[in-house]
Amino acid sequence: MLLLIVLFFPLVAALITYLLGNRYAGKAALLFSVLELVASLVLIPAYRNADALNISYLTEWIQNPHILFQVSVDGLSLLMVLLTTALIPVIILSSLSKEPENQRSFYALILLMQFALVGVFTATDAFLYYIFWELALIPIYFIALLWGEGKDKEFRNRAIFKFFIYTMAGSLFMLLGFIYLYQYAGGFGSSELYGLHLSDKEQTFLFWAFFVSFAVKIPVFPFHTWQPDAYKEAPAVGTMLLAGIMLKMGLYSLLRWLLPVLPHGVMLWTPVVMVLGVIGVIYGSVIAIRQSDLKKLFAYSSLAHVGLITAGIFSMTRAGFQGSVVQMVAHGVNVVGLFFAAEIIYRRTGTLDISKLGGIRNVAPKFAAVFMIIMLASVALPITNGFIGEFLLLFGVYEYNTILGAIAGITVILAAVYLFRMYQNVMLGETNELTAKFTDLTPTEFAAFVPVVAAIFIFGIYPKPIMELAQPALDIIMNYALK
Amino acid sequence: MTNLYIIILAPLIGFLLNALAGKQLPKNASGIIGSVTVFISFILSCVLFYGFVSGTQQKMDADVFDWVSFGSAATGEAGIKIGFGLLLDQLSVMWLMVITGVGFLIHIYSIGYMHGDEKEHVFFSYMNLFVFFMLLLVLGNNLLVTYIGWEGVGLCSYLLIGFWFKNQSFNNAGKKAFIVNRIGDLGFLLGMFLLLFHFKSLHFGTLQAAIAAAPVNHALMIAITVLLFVGAMGKSAQIPLYTWLPDAMAGPTPVSALIHAATMVTAGVYMIARSNFMYVLAPETMQFVAIIGVVTSLFAAIIGVMQNDIKKVLAYSTVSQLGLMFMALGVGAFSSGVFHVVTHAFFKACLFLGAGSVIHGLHGEQDIRKMGGLKKWMPITYWTFLISSLAISGIFPLSGFFSKDEMLAAAFEHHKIIWAIGSFASFLTAFYMFRLVFLTFNGEFRGTEEQKKHIHESSSTITIPLIVLSLLAAVGGFMGLPEFLGFHHWLKGFLAPVFTAVPVAEAGGGLSHGAELGLMAFALSLGLIAIAIAYLLYISKKNLPLAEGEESGLGKLVYRKFYVDEIYDLLVVKPIMFLSGLLHDFVDRVVVDGVVSWVGRIALMTGAQVRKLQSGYIGFYLLVMAMSIVVIFFYAFILK
Repeated sequence: MLLLIVLFFPLVAALITYLLGNRYAGKAALLFSVLELVASLVLIPAYRNADALNISYLTEWIQNPHILFQVSVDGLSLLMVLLTTALIPVIILSSLSKEPENQRSFYALILLMQFALVGVFTATDAFLYYIFWELALIPIYFIALLWGEGKDKEFRNRAIFKFFIYTMAGSLFMLLGFIYLYQYAGGFGSSELYGLHLSDKEQTFLFWAFFVSFAVKIPVFPFHTWQPDAYKEAPAVGTMLLAGIMLKMGLYSLLRWLLPVLPHGVMLWTPVVMVLGVIGVIYGSVIAIRQSDLKKLFAYSSLAHVGLITAGIFSMTRAGFQGSVVQMVAHGVNVVGLFFAAEIIYRRTGTLDISKLGGIRNVAPKFAAVFMIIMLASVALPITNGFIGEFLLLFGVYEYNTILGAIAGITVILAAVYLFRMYQNVMLGETNELTAKFTDLTPTEFAAFVPVVAAIFIFGIYPKPIMELAQPALDIIMNYALK
Repeated sequence: MTNLYIIILAPLIGFLLNALAGKQLPKNASGIIGSVTVFISFILSCVLFYGFVSGTQQKMDADVFDWVSFGSAATGEAGIKIGFGLLLDQLSVMWLMVITGVGFLIHIYSIGYMHGDEKEHVFFSYMNLFVFFMLLLVLGNNLLVTYIGWEGVGLCSYLLIGFWFKNQSFNNAGKKAFIVNRIGDLGFLLGMFLLLFHFKSLHFGTLQAAIAAAPVNHALMIAITVLLFVGAMGKSAQIPLYTWLPDAMAGPTPVSALIHAATMVTAGVYMIARSNFMYVLAPETMQFVAIIGVVTSLFAAIIGVMQNDIKKVLAYSTVSQLGLMFMALGVGAFSSGVFHVVTHAFFKACLFLGAGSVIHGLHGEQDIRKMGGLKKWMPITYWTFLISSLAISGIFPLSGFFSKDEMLAAAFEHHKIIWAIGSFASFLTAFYMFRLVFLTFNGEFRGTEEQKKHIHESSSTITIPLIVLSLLAAVGGFMGLPEFLGFHHWLKGFLAPVFTAVPVAEAGGGLSHGAELGLMAFALSLGLIAIAIAYLLYISKKNLPLAEGEESGLGKLVYRKFYVDEIYDLLVVKPIMFLSGLLHDFVDRVVVDGVVSWVGRIALMTGAQVRKLQSGYIGFYLLVMAMSIVVIFFYAFILK
């Protein structure tokens, strides 16, 4: 029951927010998202006590084909749900002081997005999951298109459309894959799909069908070219949703819908994916070094991070698995922080061009400190949340293959290069005419950063809750995947 | 254990106070908070230290909490368990004393030095944070906790080098320090991965037991120790990763004294000394460490001879002295290396602080060509600087004499060439140190009249730490009096429990008394000759270093530091920058994105045809699918 509330509440909230009108939409959305967070937190004890009534729900939906309305949470789903419900209030809060146009649609779309995301992370029937997966694309498409910040509208339309078509096309492979599997399994339930016996040839085709759709979403090199422009053109809220939560759909799906379903396909093609992942790590990092647009820099940095997560998952080691979960949470938090910092800079100076900025620390010490902490978390400094994830992921890749692990490790150096360079050019030095009147954080902005910074230190010092929560689910996935 | 917690947490609390409330606090409070918190740590460290000396304190090794652990209880599969744990033994307590003792003095000094700086509270918050991370580094009971401290001190180093962040060249120096250190850190990380992979642990005690129990896999031990040493090369500024340290002098002088001379840069020595049980199983690595160390020592000493910036001379001197420490570790004289860490902390901190006092007195002047005759105005600075210079030059009976002699004797026993290079480096050390002393404090003042009017001795917060440190630099050597003269070598005995894995023969002592005495006399006379030459050149003949741009030939090569920075720029930085542009502008935008657009366009075109036959969009997507799968197989084929 509780899970249904957590799932459907954002949908109801979206509706109410829309009906409340522009005046109250923002505050209402914030309130609803906080309530949703509280509700999802209650799921933790329910999950711990194996309270089946509250953490799962199943009913017949469509007779033929046999589709169930089946949702439930295990530790992995729960973590992703919590990441979503925790980040949405931060994202809403970050947008409040800006007062976007047509607020009621804007906030209703965010909440609708949340509904779809929670659905993706909790659905255990593949068809239902697919519906949520596609549903998630709709609100983000409109948010990015209608509230986008890029000055060149034509370019923005193209960038967002490209993102839409690219991910949409990718998803269709997955649908075909599920339909193909259905003829063997006779259903779409994860329990029916896990451990199916398929020939190697079938596994190969299905593997690529699924992998491509997830890889586009994550994105894994070379399926990433929609990303930098889409991140740049979307409004800050859209970018945060995309990078903070939506790309986790792809990573989560690797664990939930690929590894346990097609173990042989995975085994056959792991070397390719590992190489792609590690290429992404180095490729993204090297490109980030010379990016002059702050959002594009973070986009390429994100490409490097998720490449490593993908490689960690496919390393099929405990360290890689655990690292991927810890890093998914960390990346979600940090990337939201980074893009919010970029947004603050954009609001005050009207530019994201690194070469035009500088000296902000002189006039905005609070912002400088917060930005530095988030940057350090992204550099994976120990006792920030970025460290343990990266450490475990690199170790996982290293266990898989020493050379690949060592190459992926270069990210440790490159991340310092591009992020410290960025920070220096944006924040340090003397102020210029653009930054001289840069005002420090407002209380609302500061409030949005507080949970981000808190999460950075809490999970950096004590990542155990995440690891404990994820462990049983990861054990099951690994058992299927290694069969 | 409570004492230990307070020792670590006191500076952290100081950091939080100054960082969060520093602006609201009264003007002088931040310096006092910063100093008092470190002083608390120092007093408690003394208690622990005394406990170890008197034998009442036992080694402590315990996890505070479970940090990173996973595994499967169900399948019984061995997972990984890394605690957040602390280890206190004779080795860490030695470092504790240096960090908190010298650290406290430098904090006091900073009160005077940073007085009036508008970001004083920020400065002290960073300093306290540094002490916190440094303490964690030496107190971790496993490599990962050490790594927290390792990276943490790197961060503080970055923050403090670029403390005056309006100046982008200072920021560049800070960034360079962090990035070069990260290159080393990758080695450290990979070394940890190997250990974790083969021994399922990073805990020092567990590793030592596991390695002792298993048959030695020689190649593995070499790989592990070399990788860890790469980490040490970064942090302790050894060839080829030393270039950040001279640039790091951009930071305020107390920072140079604390971080870039006395404590942080010795972290590499600590790490290897701590991992001695691995190194002794890899003699090839030991040899490598010794060679890198002694070559670094010579190389940096040569550069030091030609530098004219008072802090740069000291910076290269530090690189050189660190090289000698690694030489000692490499030849198996672990406790001698640690001995030199301690004495070096005294005299080098004193030298840096003295240089700071000079710079302070001259209102920012750092060029020794524009100094001279300062002993008249700054007697305390002069005398303390002189004592420390004698100590670093290895003049009897000051501290450097004993520690350096011990290292060189061990090197002599190990290999004559290493000893010869090390001795020559020491000779150069004595020379450039006295070149520095004579040019700065003797002769006539060469600055402007305006400067001359304002020269003054520094205030007591500055001079008292100088006096204390110079006293320590003078007598610090007595903790390690040579055994062959019938003395009791206290430090060696004290550290013996840490180095149980080190074979006695390797730890020195194989030389005859006569040989030891001879070496000692030789080292001493080298130092004296070097000082005499410096005296002849800079006092009797009143030579001056050449003005900017007048160097030529070999001198220019040395003055320009052998163009190492320029070479790195050409070989590493420029190519990466080029690659970054190429990957973005061509590979990403044109090739990869081009393929995507191409697939899309073909699909659209064909889709238009297909639409005539069928009716909907499905065909479009099917074609996209088909084309993409072809592309994927193409990729897969190429990559396999």
